[in-house]
Amino acid sequence: MPTLIDNTAPKPDTRSAVSAAERAKGKGDAKGGLYKPRQPIYPKLVHGKWRMVKWALLIATLSVYYITPWIRWGRPEGFPQQAALVDFTGRRFYFFDIQLWPQEVYVFTGVLIAAALALFLTTALFGRLWCGYACPQTVWTDLYIVVERLFEGDRNARMRLDAAPLSFDKIWRKTGKHLTWLGIAFGTGGAWIFYFHDAPTLIRTFWIGQAPATAYVSCALLTATTYIFAGWMREQVCTYMCPWPRIQGAMLDQHSLQVTYLRERGEPRGAHKKGQSWEGRGDCIDCRQCVVVCPMGIDIRDGSQLECINCGLCVDACDDILGKLGRPTGLIAYDTDAAVAARSCGQKAVYKPVRSRTVYYAVALALVGGLTLWSLITRPKADLHVIRDRNPTFVRMHDGAVRDGYTLKITNRTFAERRFDVTFDGVSGARLSQPGQTAQRVTLIVPADQVVSARVFVTAPADADLAGSVPARFIAKSGDIITESKTVFLSGAANPQ
Amino acid sequence: MADRKIDDATGVETTGHEWDGIRELDNPLPRWWLWIWYACIAFSIGYWVLMPAWPGLNGYTKGLLNKSDRAEVGQELKALEAHRGEGAAMLRTASLEQIEKDPKLQAYAQQVGQSVFGDNCATCHGIGGTGSKGYANLRDDVWLWGGKLEDIQYTITHGIRSGAEGARVSQMPAYGRDEMLQPKQIDDLTEYVVNLSRRPADAGAVARAAPLFEAQCSACHGPQGQGNQQLGAPNLTDADWLFGSDRASIRGQIYAGNGGVMPAWSGRLSPETIKALSVYIHSNAGGQ
Ligand code: SF4
Ligand code: SF4
Repeated sequence: MPTLIDNTAPKPDTRSAVSAAERAKGKGDAKGGLYKPRQPIYPKLVHGKWRMVKWALLIATLSVYYITPWIRWGRPEGFPQQAALVDFTGRRFYFFDIQLWPQEVYVFTGVLIAAALALFLTTALFGRLWCGYACPQTVWTDLYIVVERLFEGDRNARMRLDAAPLSFDKIWRKTGKHLTWLGIAFGTGGAWIFYFHDAPTLIRTFWIGQAPATAYVSCALLTATTYIFAGWMREQVCTYMCPWPRIQGAMLDQHSLQVTYLRERGEPRGAHKKGQSWEGRGDCIDCRQCVVVCPMGIDIRDGSQLECINCGLCVDACDDILGKLGRPTGLIAYDTDAAVAARSCGQKAVYKPVRSRTVYYAVALALVGGLTLWSLITRPKADLHVIRDRNPTFVRMHDGAVRDGYTLKITNRTFAERRFDVTFDGVSGARLSQPGQTAQRVTLIVPADQVVSARVFVTAPADADLAGSVPARFIAKSGDIITESKTVFLSGAANPQ
Repeated sequence: MADRKIDDATGVETTGHEWDGIRELDNPLPRWWLWIWYACIAFSIGYWVLMPAWPGLNGYTKGLLNKSDRAEVGQELKALEAHRGEGAAMLRTASLEQIEKDPKLQAYAQQVGQSVFGDNCATCHGIGGTGSKGYANLRDDVWLWGGKLEDIQYTITHGIRSGAEGARVSQMPAYGRDEMLQPKQIDDLTEYVVNLSRRPADAGAVARAAPLFEAQCSACHGPQGQGNQQLGAPNLTDADWLFGSDRASIRGQIYAGNGGVMPAWSGRLSPETIKALSVYIHSNAGGQ
């Protein structure tokens, strides 16, 4: 079995992403020092197919995030008209046609477990694709780098600007960048709070100081984290703070696709003059383009590393260079360790997406996802819960009749008020009544989207031939909605007196 | 034992520890960790100054913000009272019937009633209100003094043999102790009462006791023994017995004429609380 990291290969230069000068600066600290200053990374803009995918996902994910709270959804009068809303005060969660009660939080649990399994499956198949393409940290950092590039130019210009002494030009560029960053951060924090309150109302009350304090606090918090994480900390969040890169090793194996530098093809590397023969040398011309574009500041030619988020930008950079040189592309590519090992032994590399690990993940995902979906679809429109009196469990009437008390809770999940006719089934001749009411039948009116609880009595006549405990049930019926709940009728003794 | 080496793959020094062939790299912490630590220290200093923090010999440092959990609890209690004021006002203005017919108000009265019952009434009548020997069962449909809302409210307000004005008083004579009847007559009466509740009894004794019952008991309990709620005289024909249904209990009751005492709650509970309590008891008993 091939090892994941080939320690026998020469390691020419580590941390080559950092320029000599930067390294010199950081060295004093790194050697013996307990704390290391951040080594700045200046990722260069790259073009290529993976970059295109990243642009597309950047636009898609951010659009979903910013636009969703503004989608309106037709619900009856008196209900929120917002498609996606976490209504804490009303204790409901609305998502288009789905409306969840707090006790249905298991749906979220199901969705979260399914999401985790999907992440496991993706990682087992394609490595840290989530990190490289869809993680909010990656997406917002990407957006922030776009802004940075707008104000300060691409890599070289940025490095020059940072090294330059303070000047008017430097000040306005830096200020403009940070203000724009803060603006985006504020927009991000602002969009977040719209998920928890009617957006058009909140946007008005927010500016005139009438919004709830939690809105301001959440907005400030999200603004701060967005600005700090995407602006200042960037790859440090992934490397030092996020637990995910440390766990992912458990999901990866030698068949997972990871961005890989094909050492056999690339080495020995070295400068190449036009017209020179490619005989006896590798394809890598040591142009370091793969290094300078890497947002994590690593050199993928050192082998797969904890920091690599599998974003494919180095693939694009190298392919671009190889294309210009007229060499076949793919010196850095999504590849598996197994394929690399196979090729090095002269065997044919096969990609194996179906493995026991991926099958487990896929089956578990299908199960959890299916179960969640099924429970969501088959969710009853109404629920009846019966809580029987425990003290006393039963009461003997003056004529020897036995009466049990119950509390009924009817949940009406529809958007219309409903009348539920309640019947009791189990003891023949038993009479249903409600305290304080003279009516012989029990009808409960439950307002739209509410729970109503009511006390009812069931009285069994003295001559009823009862065992101490008789299985029974309540049935609540409103039109085509029927819900029932099992309970027992207690009378203390098989034969009273 | 520090066997620090430079790691081949990364060029980083190792800590010198080894676990099963794995050596830990001695990477320095990022500097922002240090900053966060400094920020925490700064925060804690601010916290000492602003919040109650240091214990002293006589008290603790109060902090510039003057925060006090005790004062906050006081405020919350006040707010709670104000909040309850609303419900109390509704209970004050609504009539008992209105309270019981309005589902919302009824539910509110139930809540209030239940907690008040637990605090004040459960000692005698039991948490579930089922009573015990000598203490009335408030869950069934038997009422010595009437089971209408107003009757219940009146009983709670004035009590029974409480000495308060308007208190309900029923007087069962102690026929044996006061030597008003002979022991034999009391035995016969016991059989008569057992017979009233349709249980097998000594026919001879029943016949002997008939004129006695007519003369001594029917004034309060009625000629058929059906009781009288006006006088608080129990129905002797039903299945409910406040002081026990067996012969010994019945005989003891004729002999000693026991009667319980229930305190008057007016003055101790507010009128609206008594209303809520009445509704709670009434509805729990199925209403009358
Ligand atoms: S090494 Fe390549 S794939 Fe990995 S993070 Fe850097 S640019 Fe992305
Ligand atoms: S971009 Fe390609 S050719 Fe250039 S250094 Fe990286 S691997 Fe070598």
